[in-house]
Amino acid sequence: MRKRHTPKDRLITVALHVALAAGLFFAAFPIYWMLSSSFKSNTEIFALPPTVLPKAFTLEAYAAILGDPVKLRFFFNSYFVAGAVTVLTVLIALLAAYGFSRFNFRGKGSLNTLIISTQTIPPITLLIPFFGLVVSYGIFDTYVALILTYLVFTLPYAILLMTGYLNTLPRDLDEAVAVDGGTSWTALWRVIVPISLPGIVATSVYTFLLCWNEFLFALTLTKSTSMRTVPIGIQLLMGQHAFEWNQMMAMSVLGSLPLLIIYLVAQRFFLAGMTAGSVK
Amino acid sequence: MTRQKRSHHRLKRAVAPYLYLSPSLLIIGLLMLLPMVTVIGYSFQNSAVLRRDPSFAGLKHYQAIFADPVFWASLWHTLYFTCMSVVFHMTIGMVFALMLNSDRINPTLRNILRVLYILPWLFTAVIIAVIWRLLLEPNGVVNSVLMQMGIIGSKVEWFSSPATALHAVTFANIWAGYPLFMVSLLAGLQGIPRDFYEAADIDGAKAYQKLIFITIPQLMPIIISISLLDFIWTMQVFPLIWITTGGGPIYSTEVLSTYTYKLAFSSYNLSQASASAVVILLISLGLTLLYIRYQKAR
Repeated sequence: MRKRHTPKDRLITVALHVALAAGLFFAAFPIYWMLSSSFKSNTEIFALPPTVLPKAFTLEAYAAILGDPVKLRFFFNSYFVAGAVTVLTVLIALLAAYGFSRFNFRGKGSLNTLIISTQTIPPITLLIPFFGLVVSYGIFDTYVALILTYLVFTLPYAILLMTGYLNTLPRDLDEAVAVDGGTSWTALWRVIVPISLPGIVATSVYTFLLCWNEFLFALTLTKSTSMRTVPIGIQLLMGQHAFEWNQMMAMSVLGSLPLLIIYLVAQRFFLAGMTAGSVK
Repeated sequence: MTRQKRSHHRLKRAVAPYLYLSPSLLIIGLLMLLPMVTVIGYSFQNSAVLRRDPSFAGLKHYQAIFADPVFWASLWHTLYFTCMSVVFHMTIGMVFALMLNSDRINPTLRNILRVLYILPWLFTAVIIAVIWRLLLEPNGVVNSVLMQMGIIGSKVEWFSSPATALHAVTFANIWAGYPLFMVSLLAGLQGIPRDFYEAADIDGAKAYQKLIFITIPQLMPIIISISLLDFIWTMQVFPLIWITTGGGPIYSTEVLSTYTYKLAFSSYNLSQASASAVVILLISLGLTLLYIRYQKAR
Protein backbone atom coordinates (compact mmCIF):
# COMPACT_ATOMS: atom_id res chain seq x y z
CA MET A 1 0.00 0.00 0.00
CA ARG A 2 0.98 3.55 -0.70
CA LYS A 3 1.91 5.75 2.25
CA ARG A 4 -0.92 8.26 2.43
CA HIS A 5 -0.20 11.04 4.84
CA THR A 6 3.28 12.37 4.27
CA PRO A 7 3.28 16.14 3.54
CA LYS A 8 4.74 15.47 0.08
CA ASP A 9 1.95 13.06 -0.67
CA ARG A 10 -0.69 15.56 0.38
CA LEU A 11 0.93 18.21 -1.79
CA ILE A 12 0.72 15.94 -4.83
CA THR A 13 -2.97 15.34 -4.15
CA VAL A 14 -3.63 19.07 -3.90
CA ALA A 15 -1.66 19.75 -7.09
CA LEU A 16 -3.65 17.09 -8.90
CA HIS A 17 -6.92 18.70 -7.88
CA VAL A 18 -5.71 22.11 -9.03
CA ALA A 19 -4.78 20.57 -12.38
CA LEU A 20 -8.19 18.90 -12.59
CA ALA A 21 -9.87 22.26 -12.00
CA ALA A 22 -7.74 23.86 -14.72
CA GLY A 23 -8.69 21.02 -17.06
CA LEU A 24 -12.35 21.56 -16.26
CA PHE A 25 -12.04 25.24 -17.05
CA PHE A 26 -10.37 24.45 -20.39
CA ALA A 27 -13.00 21.86 -21.34
CA ALA A 28 -16.13 23.57 -20.13
CA PHE A 29 -15.64 27.33 -20.21
CA PRO A 30 -16.32 27.74 -23.98
CA ILE A 31 -19.53 25.75 -23.58
CA TYR A 32 -20.55 27.71 -20.51
CA TRP A 33 -19.92 30.91 -22.43
CA MET A 34 -22.20 29.80 -25.25
CA LEU A 35 -24.93 28.91 -22.77
CA SER A 36 -24.69 32.11 -20.76
CA SER A 37 -24.50 34.28 -23.90
CA SER A 38 -27.68 32.71 -25.20
CA PHE A 39 -29.50 34.19 -22.17
CA LYS A 40 -28.05 37.66 -22.60
CA SER A 41 -29.24 40.57 -24.64
CA ASN A 42 -27.11 41.32 -27.64
CA THR A 43 -25.67 44.46 -26.07
CA GLU A 44 -24.69 42.63 -22.89
CA ILE A 45 -22.66 40.03 -24.81
CA PHE A 46 -19.85 42.50 -25.45
CA ALA A 47 -20.20 44.44 -22.21
CA LEU A 48 -16.95 45.52 -20.56
CA PRO A 49 -15.97 43.93 -18.26
CA PRO A 50 -17.67 40.74 -19.53
CA THR A 51 -20.51 39.46 -17.34
CA VAL A 52 -20.01 35.87 -16.25
CA LEU A 53 -23.67 35.42 -15.34
CA PRO A 54 -26.26 37.18 -17.51
CA LYS A 55 -27.01 40.43 -15.67
CA ALA A 56 -30.41 40.79 -17.31
CA PHE A 57 -31.50 37.22 -17.90
CA THR A 58 -33.63 37.06 -21.05
CA LEU A 59 -35.17 34.41 -23.28
CA GLU A 60 -35.54 36.81 -26.19
CA ALA A 61 -32.99 34.91 -28.33
CA TYR A 62 -34.83 31.62 -27.87
CA ALA A 63 -38.15 33.30 -28.58
CA ALA A 64 -36.72 34.71 -31.79
CA ILE A 65 -35.50 31.27 -32.94
CA LEU A 66 -38.56 29.26 -31.89
CA GLY A 67 -40.97 31.86 -33.23
CA ASP A 68 -39.46 31.80 -36.69
CA PRO A 69 -40.93 29.12 -39.00
CA VAL A 70 -37.86 29.28 -41.26
CA LYS A 71 -35.61 28.25 -38.37
CA LEU A 72 -38.01 25.61 -37.11
CA ARG A 73 -37.85 24.13 -40.58
CA PHE A 74 -34.06 23.73 -40.21
CA PHE A 75 -34.69 21.66 -37.11
CA PHE A 76 -37.38 19.59 -38.78
CA ASN A 77 -35.05 18.88 -41.72
CA SER A 78 -32.21 17.82 -39.45
CA TYR A 79 -34.41 15.50 -37.40
CA PHE A 80 -36.09 14.06 -40.48
CA VAL A 81 -32.90 13.36 -42.44
CA ALA A 82 -30.98 12.04 -39.43
CA GLY A 83 -33.93 9.89 -38.38
CA ALA A 84 -34.46 8.40 -41.84
CA VAL A 85 -30.77 7.68 -42.32
CA THR A 86 -30.53 6.10 -38.87
CA VAL A 87 -33.39 3.67 -39.57
CA LEU A 88 -32.03 2.70 -42.98
CA THR A 89 -28.45 2.41 -41.78
CA VAL A 90 -29.27 0.22 -38.81
CA LEU A 91 -31.37 -2.15 -40.91
CA ILE A 92 -28.80 -2.54 -43.67
CA ALA A 93 -25.87 -2.72 -41.27
CA LEU A 94 -27.61 -5.34 -39.14
CA LEU A 95 -27.91 -7.65 -42.14
CA ALA A 96 -24.28 -7.13 -43.14
CA ALA A 97 -23.05 -7.57 -39.58
CA TYR A 98 -25.01 -10.81 -39.29
CA GLY A 99 -23.32 -12.04 -42.46
CA PHE A 100 -19.90 -11.09 -41.14
CA SER A 101 -20.46 -12.42 -37.67
CA ARG A 102 -22.15 -15.77 -38.34
CA PHE A 103 -20.78 -17.02 -41.65
CA ASN A 104 -17.44 -17.93 -43.13
CA PHE A 105 -17.19 -17.19 -46.80
CA ARG A 106 -14.74 -16.43 -49.57
CA GLY A 107 -13.61 -12.82 -49.60
CA LYS A 108 -14.64 -12.14 -46.00
CA GLY A 109 -11.26 -10.76 -45.03
CA SER A 110 -10.94 -8.44 -47.99
CA LEU A 111 -14.51 -7.20 -47.65
CA ASN A 112 -13.84 -6.41 -44.02
CA THR A 113 -10.69 -4.50 -44.97
CA LEU A 114 -12.66 -2.65 -47.64
CA ILE A 115 -15.22 -1.54 -45.07
CA ILE A 116 -12.56 -0.43 -42.59
CA SER A 117 -10.81 1.60 -45.26
CA THR A 118 -13.97 3.33 -46.48
CA GLN A 119 -14.09 5.08 -43.09
CA THR A 120 -11.17 7.22 -44.11
CA ILE A 121 -12.27 8.33 -47.58
CA PRO A 122 -12.17 12.14 -47.65
CA PRO A 123 -15.68 13.60 -47.96
CA ILE A 124 -14.38 16.36 -50.20
CA THR A 125 -13.27 13.73 -52.73
CA LEU A 126 -16.76 12.27 -52.97
CA LEU A 127 -18.42 15.68 -52.98
CA ILE A 128 -17.64 16.53 -56.60
CA PRO A 129 -18.87 13.26 -58.19
CA PHE A 130 -21.92 13.31 -55.87
CA PHE A 131 -22.69 16.82 -57.03
CA GLY A 132 -22.44 15.62 -60.64
CA LEU A 133 -24.67 12.59 -59.96
CA VAL A 134 -27.24 14.47 -57.89
CA VAL A 135 -27.64 17.14 -60.55
CA SER A 136 -27.87 14.67 -63.42
CA TYR A 137 -30.51 12.55 -61.63
CA GLY A 138 -32.55 15.65 -60.84
CA ILE A 139 -32.46 15.18 -57.06
CA PHE A 140 -30.49 18.34 -56.27
CA ASP A 141 -31.96 20.17 -53.27
CA THR A 142 -34.05 17.18 -52.06
CA TYR A 143 -34.13 14.97 -48.98
CA VAL A 144 -33.32 11.96 -51.15
CA ALA A 145 -29.94 13.45 -52.10
CA LEU A 146 -29.00 14.01 -48.47
CA ILE A 147 -30.27 10.64 -47.27
CA LEU A 148 -28.42 8.71 -49.97
CA THR A 149 -25.15 10.51 -49.41
CA TYR A 150 -25.27 10.25 -45.63
CA LEU A 151 -25.96 6.53 -45.92
CA VAL A 152 -22.56 6.03 -47.54
CA PHE A 153 -20.74 7.61 -44.64
CA THR A 154 -22.73 6.04 -41.82
CA LEU A 155 -22.83 2.49 -43.16
CA PRO A 156 -19.16 1.50 -42.65
CA TYR A 157 -19.18 2.62 -39.00
CA ALA A 158 -22.50 0.97 -38.37
CA ILE A 159 -21.37 -2.34 -39.89
CA LEU A 160 -18.19 -2.40 -37.79
CA LEU A 161 -20.06 -1.46 -34.64
CA MET A 162 -22.82 -4.04 -35.17
CA THR A 163 -20.40 -6.79 -36.16
CA GLY A 164 -18.40 -6.12 -33.02
CA TYR A 165 -21.56 -6.43 -30.97
CA LEU A 166 -22.86 -9.59 -32.65
CA ASN A 167 -19.45 -11.23 -32.17
CA THR A 168 -19.95 -10.96 -28.42
CA LEU A 169 -23.17 -13.01 -28.56
CA PRO A 170 -22.75 -16.79 -28.15
CA ARG A 171 -23.28 -18.76 -31.34
CA ASP A 172 -25.23 -21.60 -29.67
CA LEU A 173 -28.26 -19.33 -29.54
CA ASP A 174 -28.79 -19.17 -33.29
CA GLU A 175 -27.34 -22.64 -33.86
CA ALA A 176 -30.21 -23.97 -31.72
CA VAL A 177 -32.61 -22.51 -34.27
CA ALA A 178 -30.72 -24.23 -37.09
CA VAL A 179 -30.93 -27.57 -35.26
CA ASP A 180 -34.70 -27.13 -35.04
CA GLY A 181 -34.71 -26.75 -38.83
CA GLY A 182 -35.09 -22.96 -38.90
CA THR A 183 -33.28 -20.83 -41.44
CA SER A 184 -30.64 -18.24 -40.61
CA TRP A 185 -33.25 -15.60 -41.45
CA THR A 186 -35.58 -16.79 -38.67
CA ALA A 187 -32.63 -17.05 -36.30
CA LEU A 188 -31.76 -13.44 -37.04
CA TRP A 189 -35.20 -12.03 -36.29
CA ARG A 190 -36.36 -14.40 -33.56
CA VAL A 191 -33.13 -14.76 -31.60
CA ILE A 192 -30.45 -12.25 -32.57
CA VAL A 193 -32.43 -9.02 -32.91
CA PRO A 194 -34.20 -9.22 -29.53
CA ILE A 195 -30.92 -9.67 -27.65
CA SER A 196 -29.02 -7.15 -29.77
CA LEU A 197 -30.89 -4.09 -28.58
CA PRO A 198 -27.88 -2.55 -26.79
CA GLY A 199 -25.83 -2.88 -29.98
CA ILE A 200 -28.66 -1.50 -32.08
CA VAL A 201 -29.06 1.47 -29.74
CA ALA A 202 -25.32 2.22 -29.79
CA THR A 203 -25.28 2.05 -33.58
CA SER A 204 -28.36 4.26 -33.87
CA VAL A 205 -26.90 6.86 -31.53
CA TYR A 206 -23.66 7.08 -33.44
CA THR A 207 -25.38 7.17 -36.83
CA PHE A 208 -27.70 9.91 -35.66
CA LEU A 209 -24.72 11.91 -34.42
CA LEU A 210 -22.85 11.61 -37.72
CA CYS A 211 -25.91 12.83 -39.65
CA TRP A 212 -26.79 15.58 -37.22
CA ASN A 213 -23.28 17.01 -37.52
CA GLU A 214 -22.88 16.77 -41.28
CA PHE A 215 -22.06 20.07 -42.95
CA LEU A 216 -20.24 19.76 -46.27
CA PHE A 217 -22.87 17.80 -48.21
CA ALA A 218 -25.78 19.71 -46.74
CA LEU A 219 -24.05 22.90 -47.82
CA THR A 220 -23.44 21.77 -51.37
CA LEU A 221 -26.35 19.49 -52.27
CA THR A 222 -29.17 21.72 -51.03
CA LYS A 223 -29.93 25.27 -52.00
CA SER A 224 -33.35 26.52 -50.95
CA THR A 225 -33.83 27.76 -47.39
CA SER A 226 -36.58 25.21 -46.81
CA MET A 227 -34.15 22.31 -47.40
CA ARG A 228 -31.34 23.49 -45.14
CA THR A 229 -30.34 21.64 -41.97
CA VAL A 230 -29.37 23.09 -38.57
CA PRO A 231 -25.60 23.44 -39.18
CA ILE A 232 -26.26 25.34 -42.39
CA GLY A 233 -28.95 27.35 -40.62
CA ILE A 234 -26.40 28.51 -38.06
CA GLN A 235 -24.03 29.52 -40.82
CA LEU A 236 -26.81 31.42 -42.60
CA LEU A 237 -27.64 33.23 -39.36
CA MET A 238 -24.02 34.28 -39.19
CA GLY A 239 -24.14 35.78 -42.67
CA GLN A 240 -27.50 37.47 -42.39
CA HIS A 241 -27.25 39.30 -39.11
CA ALA A 242 -23.60 39.24 -38.22
CA PHE A 243 -24.30 40.85 -34.89
CA GLU A 244 -27.13 38.71 -33.50
CA TRP A 245 -24.74 36.72 -31.34
CA ASN A 246 -27.33 35.81 -28.75
CA GLN A 247 -29.54 34.22 -31.42
CA MET A 248 -26.59 32.33 -32.84
CA MET A 249 -25.78 30.98 -29.39
CA ALA A 250 -29.42 30.08 -28.69
CA MET A 251 -29.59 28.21 -31.98
CA SER A 252 -26.30 26.45 -31.14
CA VAL A 253 -27.69 25.40 -27.77
CA LEU A 254 -30.88 24.10 -29.40
CA GLY A 255 -28.80 22.39 -32.07
CA SER A 256 -26.66 20.62 -29.46
CA LEU A 257 -29.59 19.58 -27.30
CA PRO A 258 -30.40 16.22 -28.92
CA LEU A 259 -26.81 15.01 -28.65
CA LEU A 260 -26.41 16.31 -25.10
CA ILE A 261 -29.59 14.56 -24.01
CA ILE A 262 -28.61 11.29 -25.64
CA TYR A 263 -25.16 11.58 -24.09
CA LEU A 264 -26.42 12.17 -20.59
CA VAL A 265 -29.10 9.49 -20.80
CA ALA A 266 -27.12 6.83 -22.62
CA GLN A 267 -23.47 7.59 -22.00
CA ARG A 268 -22.27 4.07 -22.44
CA PHE A 269 -23.83 3.72 -25.90
CA PHE A 270 -22.29 6.99 -26.87
CA LEU A 271 -18.81 5.98 -25.87
CA ALA A 272 -19.22 2.65 -27.64
CA GLY A 273 -19.70 4.50 -30.91
CA MET A 274 -16.92 6.95 -30.23
CA THR A 275 -14.26 4.31 -29.92
CA ALA A 276 -15.70 2.00 -32.57
CA GLY A 277 -13.25 0.96 -35.19
CA SER A 278 -10.32 2.52 -33.40
CA VAL A 279 -9.89 0.22 -30.43
CA LYS A 280 -10.28 -3.49 -30.76
CA MET B 1 -31.74 -35.26 -42.60
CA THR B 2 -31.50 -36.91 -45.99
CA ARG B 3 -28.40 -36.35 -48.05
CA GLN B 4 -30.26 -34.24 -50.59
CA LYS B 5 -31.73 -32.04 -47.92
CA ARG B 6 -28.32 -31.64 -46.32
CA SER B 7 -26.65 -30.51 -49.54
CA HIS B 8 -29.51 -28.09 -50.14
CA HIS B 9 -28.94 -26.74 -46.65
CA ARG B 10 -25.23 -26.41 -47.30
CA LEU B 11 -25.86 -24.47 -50.51
CA LYS B 12 -28.10 -22.10 -48.58
CA ARG B 13 -25.39 -21.56 -45.97
CA ALA B 14 -22.92 -20.79 -48.77
CA VAL B 15 -25.10 -18.20 -50.49
CA ALA B 16 -26.64 -16.63 -47.38
CA PRO B 17 -23.73 -14.38 -46.32
CA TYR B 18 -23.59 -12.77 -49.75
CA LEU B 19 -27.31 -12.08 -49.61
CA TYR B 20 -27.00 -10.49 -46.18
CA LEU B 21 -24.12 -8.34 -47.38
CA SER B 22 -25.60 -7.40 -50.73
CA PRO B 23 -27.49 -4.22 -49.73
CA SER B 24 -24.38 -2.82 -48.05
CA LEU B 25 -22.07 -3.79 -50.88
CA LEU B 26 -24.46 -2.33 -53.43
CA ILE B 27 -24.51 1.01 -51.62
CA ILE B 28 -20.77 1.10 -51.00
CA GLY B 29 -20.06 0.03 -54.58
CA LEU B 30 -22.45 2.44 -56.29
CA LEU B 31 -22.12 5.41 -53.99
CA MET B 32 -18.54 5.18 -52.87
CA LEU B 33 -16.32 3.16 -55.17
CA LEU B 34 -17.97 4.28 -58.41
CA PRO B 35 -17.82 8.00 -57.47
CA MET B 36 -14.14 7.54 -56.67
CA VAL B 37 -13.55 6.23 -60.18
CA THR B 38 -15.69 9.09 -61.51
CA VAL B 39 -13.70 11.79 -59.77
CA ILE B 40 -10.46 10.35 -61.10
CA GLY B 41 -12.06 10.45 -64.56
CA TYR B 42 -13.13 14.08 -64.06
CA SER B 43 -9.57 15.08 -63.21
CA PHE B 44 -8.47 14.08 -66.71
CA GLN B 45 -11.27 15.95 -68.50
CA ASN B 46 -11.78 19.54 -69.61
CA SER B 47 -14.91 21.20 -68.14
CA ALA B 48 -15.91 18.08 -66.23
CA VAL B 49 -19.55 17.93 -65.06
CA LEU B 50 -20.33 21.24 -66.80
CA ARG B 51 -20.22 19.88 -70.36
CA ARG B 52 -21.90 16.82 -71.84
CA ASP B 53 -18.92 15.75 -73.95
CA PRO B 54 -15.80 16.87 -72.14
CA SER B 55 -12.51 16.51 -74.01
CA PHE B 56 -9.50 14.62 -72.66
CA ALA B 57 -7.13 16.89 -70.77
CA GLY B 58 -4.28 14.58 -69.86
CA LEU B 59 -2.34 15.76 -66.85
CA LYS B 60 -3.12 19.42 -67.47
CA HIS B 61 -5.16 19.93 -64.30
CA TYR B 62 -2.58 18.25 -62.11
CA GLN B 63 0.10 20.47 -63.62
CA ALA B 64 -2.07 23.53 -62.99
CA ILE B 65 -2.45 22.59 -59.32
CA PHE B 66 1.19 21.84 -58.76
CA ALA B 67 2.07 25.19 -60.35
CA ASP B 68 -0.33 27.03 -58.03
CA PRO B 69 1.40 28.54 -54.97
CA VAL B 70 -1.93 28.54 -53.11
CA PHE B 71 -2.03 24.75 -53.40
CA TRP B 72 1.39 24.44 -51.77
CA ALA B 73 0.41 26.95 -49.09
CA SER B 74 -2.74 24.90 -48.43
CA LEU B 75 -0.72 21.72 -48.19
CA TRP B 76 1.61 23.34 -45.68
CA HIS B 77 -1.28 24.74 -43.61
CA THR B 78 -2.99 21.35 -43.65
CA LEU B 79 0.20 19.74 -42.41
CA TYR B 80 0.70 22.30 -39.65
CA PHE B 81 -2.97 22.19 -38.60
CA THR B 82 -3.00 18.39 -38.58
CA CYS B 83 0.33 17.73 -36.85
CA MET B 84 -0.30 20.29 -34.12
CA SER B 85 -3.83 18.98 -33.60
CA VAL B 86 -2.76 15.35 -33.33
CA VAL B 87 0.16 16.09 -31.01
CA PHE B 88 -1.95 18.20 -28.67
CA HIS B 89 -4.98 15.89 -28.82
CA MET B 90 -2.66 13.12 -27.73
CA THR B 91 -0.94 15.14 -25.01
CA ILE B 92 -4.10 16.61 -23.52
CA GLY B 93 -5.94 13.30 -23.87
CA MET B 94 -3.10 11.51 -22.10
CA VAL B 95 -2.82 14.04 -19.27
CA PHE B 96 -6.58 14.03 -18.67
CA ALA B 97 -6.76 10.23 -18.82
CA LEU B 98 -3.89 9.85 -16.34
CA MET B 99 -5.42 12.41 -13.98
CA LEU B 100 -8.83 10.75 -14.11
CA ASN B 101 -7.28 7.34 -13.58
CA SER B 102 -5.41 8.41 -10.46
CA ASP B 103 -6.51 6.78 -7.21
CA ARG B 104 -6.05 10.10 -5.45
CA ILE B 105 -9.46 11.42 -6.51
CA ASN B 106 -12.77 10.26 -5.24
CA PRO B 107 -14.85 8.09 -7.57
CA THR B 108 -17.86 10.40 -7.72
CA LEU B 109 -15.69 13.37 -8.66
CA ARG B 110 -13.96 11.17 -11.23
CA ASN B 111 -17.26 10.25 -12.89
CA ILE B 112 -18.49 13.84 -12.96
CA LEU B 113 -15.23 15.12 -14.42
CA ARG B 114 -15.13 12.37 -17.01
CA VAL B 115 -18.56 13.40 -18.27
CA LEU B 116 -17.53 17.07 -18.38
CA TYR B 117 -14.13 16.52 -20.01
CA ILE B 118 -15.80 14.73 -22.92
CA LEU B 119 -18.17 17.65 -23.58
CA PRO B 120 -16.22 19.35 -26.42
CA TRP B 121 -16.55 16.20 -28.48
CA LEU B 122 -20.36 16.45 -28.42
CA PHE B 123 -20.52 19.69 -30.34
CA THR B 124 -20.84 19.96 -34.07
CA ALA B 125 -17.96 21.58 -35.93
CA VAL B 126 -20.20 24.47 -36.94
CA ILE B 127 -21.16 25.17 -33.35
CA ILE B 128 -17.53 24.91 -32.23
CA ALA B 129 -16.65 27.43 -34.91
CA VAL B 130 -19.37 29.82 -33.77
CA ILE B 131 -18.40 29.47 -30.08
CA TRP B 132 -14.76 30.26 -30.83
CA ARG B 133 -15.69 33.18 -33.02
CA LEU B 134 -17.63 34.62 -30.10
CA LEU B 135 -14.79 33.97 -27.62
CA LEU B 136 -12.13 35.40 -29.92
CA GLU B 137 -14.08 38.39 -31.22
CA PRO B 138 -11.93 41.54 -31.03
CA ASN B 139 -14.37 42.81 -28.36
CA GLY B 140 -14.84 39.35 -26.88
CA VAL B 141 -14.06 37.81 -23.55
CA VAL B 142 -10.61 36.39 -24.37
CA ASN B 143 -9.19 39.73 -25.48
CA SER B 144 -10.79 41.50 -22.56
CA VAL B 145 -9.32 39.09 -20.00
CA LEU B 146 -5.88 39.00 -21.64
CA MET B 147 -5.77 42.80 -21.73
CA GLN B 148 -6.74 43.06 -18.11
CA MET B 149 -3.96 40.66 -17.19
CA GLY B 150 -1.56 42.74 -19.25
CA ILE B 151 -0.63 39.86 -21.56
CA ILE B 152 -1.64 41.77 -24.69
CA GLY B 153 -1.55 45.54 -25.09
CA SER B 154 -4.32 46.00 -27.62
CA LYS B 155 -7.17 43.99 -29.09
CA VAL B 156 -6.00 41.08 -31.23
CA GLU B 157 -8.10 40.11 -34.26
CA TRP B 158 -7.39 36.41 -33.80
CA PHE B 159 -9.26 35.08 -36.84
CA SER B 160 -8.76 38.02 -39.17
CA SER B 161 -5.08 38.77 -38.88
CA PRO B 162 -2.80 36.61 -41.05
CA ALA B 163 -0.29 36.28 -38.20
CA THR B 164 -2.68 34.59 -35.78
CA ALA B 165 -5.50 33.06 -37.85
CA LEU B 166 -3.89 29.66 -38.46
CA HIS B 167 -2.92 29.30 -34.79
CA ALA B 168 -6.43 30.30 -33.72
CA VAL B 169 -8.20 27.71 -35.87
CA THR B 170 -5.68 25.08 -34.80
CA PHE B 171 -6.33 25.93 -31.16
CA ALA B 172 -10.10 25.61 -31.65
CA ASN B 173 -9.58 22.23 -33.28
CA ILE B 174 -7.31 21.06 -30.47
CA TRP B 175 -10.02 21.98 -28.00
CA ALA B 176 -12.65 20.12 -29.99
CA GLY B 177 -10.76 16.88 -30.60
CA TYR B 178 -8.87 15.66 -27.54
CA PRO B 179 -11.75 13.63 -26.00
CA LEU B 180 -11.34 10.79 -28.52
CA PHE B 181 -7.81 10.22 -27.23
CA MET B 182 -8.88 10.68 -23.64
CA VAL B 183 -11.67 8.11 -23.80
CA SER B 184 -9.58 5.56 -25.68
CA LEU B 185 -6.57 5.96 -23.38
CA LEU B 186 -8.75 5.78 -20.30
CA ALA B 187 -10.14 2.47 -21.53
CA GLY B 188 -6.56 1.36 -22.24
CA LEU B 189 -5.35 2.38 -18.77
CA GLN B 190 -8.02 0.29 -17.13
CA GLY B 191 -6.83 -2.68 -19.15
CA ILE B 192 -3.25 -2.62 -17.80
CA PRO B 193 -2.84 -5.40 -15.21
CA ARG B 194 -2.26 -4.03 -11.71
CA ASP B 195 0.51 -6.58 -11.04
CA PHE B 196 2.79 -4.66 -13.40
CA TYR B 197 2.66 -1.67 -11.08
CA GLU B 198 2.89 -3.78 -7.94
CA ALA B 199 6.01 -5.48 -9.25
CA ALA B 200 7.49 -2.07 -10.06
CA ASP B 201 6.64 -0.85 -6.54
CA ILE B 202 8.54 -3.78 -5.06
CA ASP B 203 11.54 -2.79 -7.20
CA GLY B 204 11.21 0.73 -5.80
CA ALA B 205 10.29 2.38 -9.12
CA LYS B 206 9.40 6.07 -9.08
CA ALA B 207 6.12 7.37 -10.53
CA TYR B 208 7.72 8.74 -13.69
CA GLN B 209 9.59 5.45 -14.25
CA LYS B 210 6.33 3.55 -14.06
CA LEU B 211 4.85 5.97 -16.59
CA ILE B 212 7.75 5.56 -19.05
CA PHE B 213 8.37 1.85 -18.64
CA ILE B 214 4.89 0.46 -18.04
CA THR B 215 2.05 2.83 -18.87
CA ILE B 216 3.24 4.31 -22.16
CA PRO B 217 4.49 1.04 -23.71
CA GLN B 218 1.22 -0.64 -22.73
CA LEU B 219 -0.81 2.15 -24.34
CA MET B 220 1.34 2.29 -27.48
CA PRO B 221 -1.03 0.29 -29.73
CA ILE B 222 -3.89 2.66 -28.87
CA ILE B 223 -1.69 5.73 -29.27
CA ILE B 224 -0.54 4.66 -32.71
CA SER B 225 -3.91 3.65 -34.11
CA ILE B 226 -5.78 6.68 -32.75
CA SER B 227 -3.01 9.01 -33.97
CA LEU B 228 -3.29 7.61 -37.48
CA LEU B 229 -7.09 7.89 -37.52
CA ASP B 230 -6.95 11.36 -36.00
CA PHE B 231 -4.37 12.41 -38.57
CA ILE B 232 -6.54 11.18 -41.45
CA TRP B 233 -9.70 12.81 -40.09
CA THR B 234 -8.08 16.10 -39.12
CA MET B 235 -6.53 16.39 -42.54
CA GLN B 236 -10.05 16.38 -43.98
CA VAL B 237 -11.50 19.05 -41.66
CA PHE B 238 -13.69 21.51 -43.53
CA PRO B 239 -16.53 23.19 -41.58
CA LEU B 240 -14.44 24.50 -38.68
CA ILE B 241 -12.15 26.43 -41.01
CA TRP B 242 -14.88 27.35 -43.44
CA ILE B 243 -16.91 29.08 -40.72
CA THR B 244 -14.16 30.68 -38.66
CA THR B 245 -11.98 32.09 -41.42
CA GLY B 246 -13.17 30.71 -44.77
CA GLY B 247 -9.52 30.05 -45.59
CA GLY B 248 -8.54 33.71 -45.23
CA PRO B 249 -7.29 36.25 -44.57
CA ILE B 250 -5.21 36.23 -47.77
CA TYR B 251 -5.12 32.40 -47.86
CA SER B 252 -3.43 32.27 -44.46
CA THR B 253 -5.69 29.43 -43.28
CA GLU B 254 -6.40 27.83 -46.64
CA VAL B 255 -6.21 24.05 -46.26
CA LEU B 256 -6.58 21.35 -48.91
CA SER B 257 -10.31 20.87 -48.29
CA THR B 258 -11.21 24.59 -48.48
CA TYR B 259 -8.88 25.02 -51.47
CA THR B 260 -10.65 22.18 -53.30
CA TYR B 261 -14.10 23.38 -52.32
CA LYS B 262 -13.44 26.88 -53.62
CA LEU B 263 -12.06 25.56 -56.90
CA ALA B 264 -15.21 23.48 -57.36
CA PHE B 265 -17.98 25.71 -56.08
CA SER B 266 -16.66 29.27 -56.21
CA SER B 267 -14.65 29.12 -59.44
CA TYR B 268 -16.68 26.22 -60.91
CA ASN B 269 -13.44 24.70 -62.12
CA LEU B 270 -14.62 21.19 -61.35
CA SER B 271 -11.87 19.51 -63.36
CA GLN B 272 -9.08 21.14 -61.43
CA ALA B 273 -10.99 20.62 -58.18
CA SER B 274 -11.22 16.92 -59.05
CA ALA B 275 -7.46 16.76 -59.53
CA SER B 276 -7.00 18.34 -56.11
CA ALA B 277 -9.57 15.95 -54.61
CA VAL B 278 -7.64 13.01 -56.07
CA VAL B 279 -4.44 14.28 -54.44
CA ILE B 280 -6.24 14.37 -51.07
CA LEU B 281 -7.61 10.89 -51.74
CA LEU B 282 -4.13 9.53 -52.47
CA ILE B 283 -2.69 10.97 -49.25
CA SER B 284 -5.60 9.51 -47.26
CA LEU B 285 -5.27 6.13 -48.93
CA GLY B 286 -1.56 5.99 -48.15
CA LEU B 287 -2.25 6.67 -44.47
CA THR B 288 -5.18 4.23 -44.45
CA LEU B 289 -2.89 1.52 -45.79
CA LEU B 290 -0.51 2.19 -42.91
CA TYR B 291 -3.42 2.02 -40.48
CA ILE B 292 -4.71 -1.28 -41.84
CA ARG B 293 -1.26 -2.88 -41.92
CA TYR B 294 -0.76 -1.78 -38.35
CA GLN B 295 -4.15 -3.18 -37.26
CA LYS B 296 -3.41 -6.49 -38.95
CA ALA B 297 0.04 -6.74 -37.39
CA ARG B 298 -1.49 -6.44 -33.93
